[in-house]
Amino acid sequence: MTQSAKPGPSADPVIRMSHVSKWYGHFQVLHDVSLDVRKGERVVVCGPSGSGKSTLIRCINRLEVHQSGQIFVKGLEMTDNVKNIDTIRRHIGMVFQNFNLFPHLTVLENLTLGPMLTRQMKKSAAEDLAMHFLRKVRIPEQSGKYPLQLSGGQQQRVAIARSLCMEPEIMLFDEPTSALDPEMIKEVLDTMIELAESGMTMIVVTHEMGFARTVADNVVFMADGRKVESGPPEEFFGNPREERTRAFLDQILKH
Amino acid sequence: MTDANPGLRGKRPRRSPKDILYSESFRTAVYQIALAAAVALLGFYLYQNVVENLARQNIATGFGFLEQVSQFEIGETLIAYSARDTYGRALAVGLMNTLSVSAAGIVVATVIGFSVGIARVSSNWLLQRLATAYVEIVRNIPVILQVIFWAAVIRNLPAPRQAVELWGLGFLSNRGLTFAMPSAHAAHLWMLAALGAGIALAILASHKAKRHREATGRYIDMLWPCVGLIVGLPLLVWLGFGAPHEISFPERRGFNFAGGATISPEFVALMTGISLYSSGFIAEIVRAGIQATPRGQVEAARSIALRPRFILRYVVLPQALRVIVPPLTSQYVSLIKNSSIAVVIGYPDLVNIGNTVMNQTGQAVEAIAVMMLVYLIVSLATSLLMNLYNRLVAIKER
Repeated sequence: MTQSAKPGPSADPVIRMSHVSKWYGHFQVLHDVSLDVRKGERVVVCGPSGSGKSTLIRCINRLEVHQSGQIFVKGLEMTDNVKNIDTIRRHIGMVFQNFNLFPHLTVLENLTLGPMLTRQMKKSAAEDLAMHFLRKVRIPEQSGKYPLQLSGGQQQRVAIARSLCMEPEIMLFDEPTSALDPEMIKEVLDTMIELAESGMTMIVVTHEMGFARTVADNVVFMADGRKVESGPPEEFFGNPREERTRAFLDQILKH
Repeated sequence: MTDANPGLRGKRPRRSPKDILYSESFRTAVYQIALAAAVALLGFYLYQNVVENLARQNIATGFGFLEQVSQFEIGETLIAYSARDTYGRALAVGLMNTLSVSAAGIVVATVIGFSVGIARVSSNWLLQRLATAYVEIVRNIPVILQVIFWAAVIRNLPAPRQAVELWGLGFLSNRGLTFAMPSAHAAHLWMLAALGAGIALAILASHKAKRHREATGRYIDMLWPCVGLIVGLPLLVWLGFGAPHEISFPERRGFNFAGGATISPEFVALMTGISLYSSGFIAEIVRAGIQATPRGQVEAARSIALRPRFILRYVVLPQALRVIVPPLTSQYVSLIKNSSIAVVIGYPDLVNIGNTVMNQTGQAVEAIAVMMLVYLIVSLATSLLMNLYNRLVAIKER
């Protein structure tokens, strides 16, 4: 690594983003963002819409391409090297705001597609694995249905199970509850809390401040493509340093 | 009673005439009855008119003419036919010609259309621009002009004596495309059977391979084994017959060619014209289908580390097909109907022969009725097949 490492956490970070910048045309969406995530750490990224928080985590598995700075996942740098991209994506699961389940496949087929095609598992083994994770997210009885036959909350839990079937070491959540009806948010958050308790490394973009308070080890606040401040939740919520952060928290916690 | 239990389902409250007059269902029914009556009246008027006019001109009605001897020759026939055969058989010859040019046109239009459509969304700048230019040219020029254009191109090819030689295998001339064909031999029928067997075995083997992958997780690329089966079996049969390698090469003889096989200039011109025209529309349909697949689908597939060809095969294409198939059906149907342009360049299709029949017998109404019915049946059959396929690729939502 050419980057001289900052005095950071003692353990080697599984994700290291240093001085990452990204532009859409002339518009800069990420300004020199650096973020380290250690194994087992739960990071919550929050901020107003358009602040670049989704873009930030989408850069980690290269759904978006960063133009300057470096991103390392388990010591492997994310470049345009196809092999690296493939290896890194196998380590990382991702859950999307709109679930993005494959509508033409049953729940079970959604879950076994990755294991069979990328991990070259037997169909029977892939199905066992899929049923294991469907039980984990508490909907094994829905395995034969098609995604659009399920409720939003159920779909999102299937999406979480689909990612888990790749047995990733890191999970990225891009506003996983924003498209859900209020009564379904809890079932998804409960699933995520269980996952956090099992020791999964997680980066979660969310507006659910309750979740951030109880689950996060580190809360990152972003605005206008910059990382404004970060810290453990008690510090972040109890005594925010920056004016922007205070304004944001005032607004979001009033409800 | 209604006052006591307003929420309960009981006898309908009595409606005043005014309520009925303003009710939606009553008005809908009235409009439909009025429309049906108008259509029936118009139909009756037209029928009456035709019957009267035919009677005045002393033209017999009915389909008896189909049994009469046609007394005209047809240049291109797929079934045995001579001037001594009936009008009915002449129309059948036309139908066969329509079907053959349409079938060839559909295959060519589909292959070009899918290739150009995928090129339209390619990240290769040059390829994408070329595809766009192609689409804009072929779909913005009336199909009849394109057919006449290709007919003119072929007509202006040199005569057989100066024909363009195609690498010693055939000739391109104003007599059409003439090419070398293996001389008839008993082995050919067996080779055809072997080809069929090869295709069946290849499908069977692919299923086996899929089953094997599901059972063990190991992916076997079946492309080359399948090609081997499909090509190899006929090859083995051919060798078994002592490799009969006599090929009938076309030679220039007099003002024409001898030997080989020839596709007529009219067939080539018509097929080229209607298939290129349709390929432009099919390309746009394919592009729309691919682009209609939400970005999130590809992102989700990437996030589980699927390789690009698996993403196309298992995620994008199955979803794109459900958007592609219905408009593709319309294109196939319209290509079949466009083949009736044959009449302007003299290809003996159903309409062309139907016109001749009409002129000779004077039974315009019946002849046109027969043609319309045949096109309707062919088009409906095409739609039916495509709808069945569409049901296979449809997505279950509830």
